[in-house]
Amino acid sequence: MAVRERLSGNEAVSYAIRQINPDVMPAFPITPSTEIPQYVANYIANGEIDTEFIPVESEHSSMSAAVGASAAGARTLTATSSCGLALMWEELYVAASNRLPVVLALVNRALSGPININADHSDSMGARDSGWIQIYAESNQEAYDNFLQAYPIAEHKDVMLPVMICQDGFITSHGVENILLVEDALVKEFVGERKPEHYLLNPDETLAVGPYAVSNYYMETKRGQRQAMINARRVILEVAQRFRAMTGREYGFFESYCLEDAELAVVIIGSAAGTCKAAIDRIRNTTGKKVGLLKIRVFRPFPEEEIAAALARVKAVAILDRSEMFSATGGPLGAEVRAALYQAKSRAEAVNYLYGLGGRDITVEDFCQVYEKLEKIAAEHRITDMYEYIGLRSR
Amino acid sequence: MISEKINESTPWQDITEGNKIFQAATSREFCTGEWRTATPVWNQEKCKQCLLCTPVCPDSSIPVKDKLRTEFDYDHCKGCGICAKVCPFGAITMREGK
Amino acid sequence: MEAAYNFKEIMNKPERLAPGHRMCAGCGGTIAVRGVLRALHEGDRAVIGNATGCLEVSSFMYPYTAYEDSYIHNAFENAGATLSGVETAYRVLKKRGKLQEDYKFITFGGDGGTYDIGFQSLSGAMERGHDMVYVCYDNGAYMNTGTQRSSATPRFADTTTTPAGKVSNGKVQVRKDLAAIMAEHHIPYVGQTTFTANFKDLHTKAEKAIYTPGAAFLNILSPCPRGWGYEPSELMNICRTAVDTCYWPLYEVEDGKWSLSYEPKTKLPIEEFLRSQRRFRHLFKPENEYLIGEFQKEVDKRWEELRTRCGG
Repeated sequence: MAVRERLSGNEAVSYAIRQINPDVMPAFPITPSTEIPQYVANYIANGEIDTEFIPVESEHSSMSAAVGASAAGARTLTATSSCGLALMWEELYVAASNRLPVVLALVNRALSGPININADHSDSMGARDSGWIQIYAESNQEAYDNFLQAYPIAEHKDVMLPVMICQDGFITSHGVENILLVEDALVKEFVGERKPEHYLLNPDETLAVGPYAVSNYYMETKRGQRQAMINARRVILEVAQRFRAMTGREYGFFESYCLEDAELAVVIIGSAAGTCKAAIDRIRNTTGKKVGLLKIRVFRPFPEEEIAAALARVKAVAILDRSEMFSATGGPLGAEVRAALYQAKSRAEAVNYLYGLGGRDITVEDFCQVYEKLEKIAAEHRITDMYEYIGLRSR
Repeated sequence: MISEKINESTPWQDITEGNKIFQAATSREFCTGEWRTATPVWNQEKCKQCLLCTPVCPDSSIPVKDKLRTEFDYDHCKGCGICAKVCPFGAITMREGK
Repeated sequence: MEAAYNFKEIMNKPERLAPGHRMCAGCGGTIAVRGVLRALHEGDRAVIGNATGCLEVSSFMYPYTAYEDSYIHNAFENAGATLSGVETAYRVLKKRGKLQEDYKFITFGGDGGTYDIGFQSLSGAMERGHDMVYVCYDNGAYMNTGTQRSSATPRFADTTTTPAGKVSNGKVQVRKDLAAIMAEHHIPYVGQTTFTANFKDLHTKAEKAIYTPGAAFLNILSPCPRGWGYEPSELMNICRTAVDTCYWPLYEVEDGKWSLSYEPKTKLPIEEFLRSQRRFRHLFKPENEYLIGEFQKEVDKRWEELRTRCGG
């Protein structure tokens, strides 16, 4: 039977780590993910798990040690946020290109500068091209459920890629919510043991990892990584299917909320989806207007065709980014969703708004206004502001 | 031979996952002896088998068997000449060319 | 642990660094690697780590690895952290009964990857006390990118980022004493060595470093014919003068106890070391003679400091 609890997002992920009892965890503290290594260290100190914790001297070293441990054959994870992820940047690429199934519990936080400890997605969006699978959560429950699914995806023989399990700093990481936990024995069975095929500590095989590869090999190597990402699409859904069989909770590439008949839609990632849902309920209940939401769960691999299909009938869509990319044309989610719509020859009007940078609140009223704007855009077929900051003070 | 399995004509599907190589010492297949501009010549009569030449070779090209050095590995020797300089008995001389 | 050094027996051991790597003719770095790996006992397994540098790009060029043992290269600045991850994986797999065999862990980095960009990662790995050896093959500059200065570069050396010119006499600063800094980490073993005629010093230190439980650091002066500007065949003379001028003292620090491994009967003047190298050529112009004096003073000062530490 599932266990009812009340946990913060960090507690929930740490609990999942306790249940999985991975082999090696190098980590370095950084707000707001610090609690995760603290909880794990406590589990170890009290003999609840026997994971080896490496108290490294930086995040660069935590991902470097994770690469070493994973290549050696150990099930490995780390946790970080913001500048910690930025310091790992080089190593993220190495983990992915070496095809190491490392799992990273990311608690999303704005990148410096100015230094800011609150939620936005600039950290993980900066790492979006590193070759990692990225899975995002709206709630503590999703952060926990996603974490349980991480190793079965990462270690699948057709994938062998690192996975980033993302949740919003403070909003879910520190906010306490009701949560349903899976029983320990079921988790053990679901996640299983890592059975590496090639690893440094295999006494029966000599292995060399991390060569210098000239141009005649580099491009073929990248194509291999791309194939793993393509395969990940199938595996993510298969694992979600198994997870549903175990828990009854359903996961896919994204969640559609009132999207079936929607004429106006928002596309968003992370915790703000909950606020958007409240706005949708209010609008539908008071006006009956057909508003809906597409909440991205899997950003890498990017489910382009599925997103376009889900938005096929909407008249106008607002894509909301929680990170700047300073292209001066929008945010990364906006760019990719618009590309998906273009490819599908969609006739929907699409705008790209930025919100919540550095932890700025976004409210139900803000979402109601977004839908009002979409209504106007759909009616007039005219976009006056393609790229707007929500909740920005301005003269 | 690794070079038969993986070479510059190998399609992407056959490049090893993560560029891992599941075999030891595959570099032996690559003949660095081609680089030589001078060649060490071993005079067995002068050689006292002191083995002082063996650890100084950067290319592991002075094989030792049963505590005796054997002929140079000309497939790999790059002709640096360190061995000739350390030989106390003048048993290694450098000859111009390969 | 310390068996008598039987040179011929040691040379008879199977080679653990295969030929066919692309290091330059006469490279000192490769001689260092061979020498260290030779200290592994026959039959003992090892995982070899490597920082980015000449050695890495030359000894594991896909699909050609020069290693008889399992090997991992990760990046430039993280050989310490990477191998600490491997070593930790080893401990946990053993603890959980997934691995029976014993392994040793040795990682190699040049002075760029060790003294400079990888300094933090090295310090962290040593401080945490992983059972591993970090070996620096110190050739005193960033040779892989074409002889730029490092903190291991000696004062006055002409490098591509400290060129000797009309108003410059090469590098301004003196070299960092990394072996001493590692000793201050209070790790069980630190050794500084180079190539001597029968390789006893290097072999003995490598064996101690590998077989002393806990973290160990080995600093090996590894001449670079291209970067230093000398005839490749001269390598052993360069090493001999480095040691006999006391520019590169051979010493070790075992459990905090400092000891000199060798004291030259006659300490040679520093010119003996400098003269044969193009990087110091400008010091031999008549107007620059005083610089050799300054170099000598620095060598003398450090040698005396070291002798004091070693209780001499």
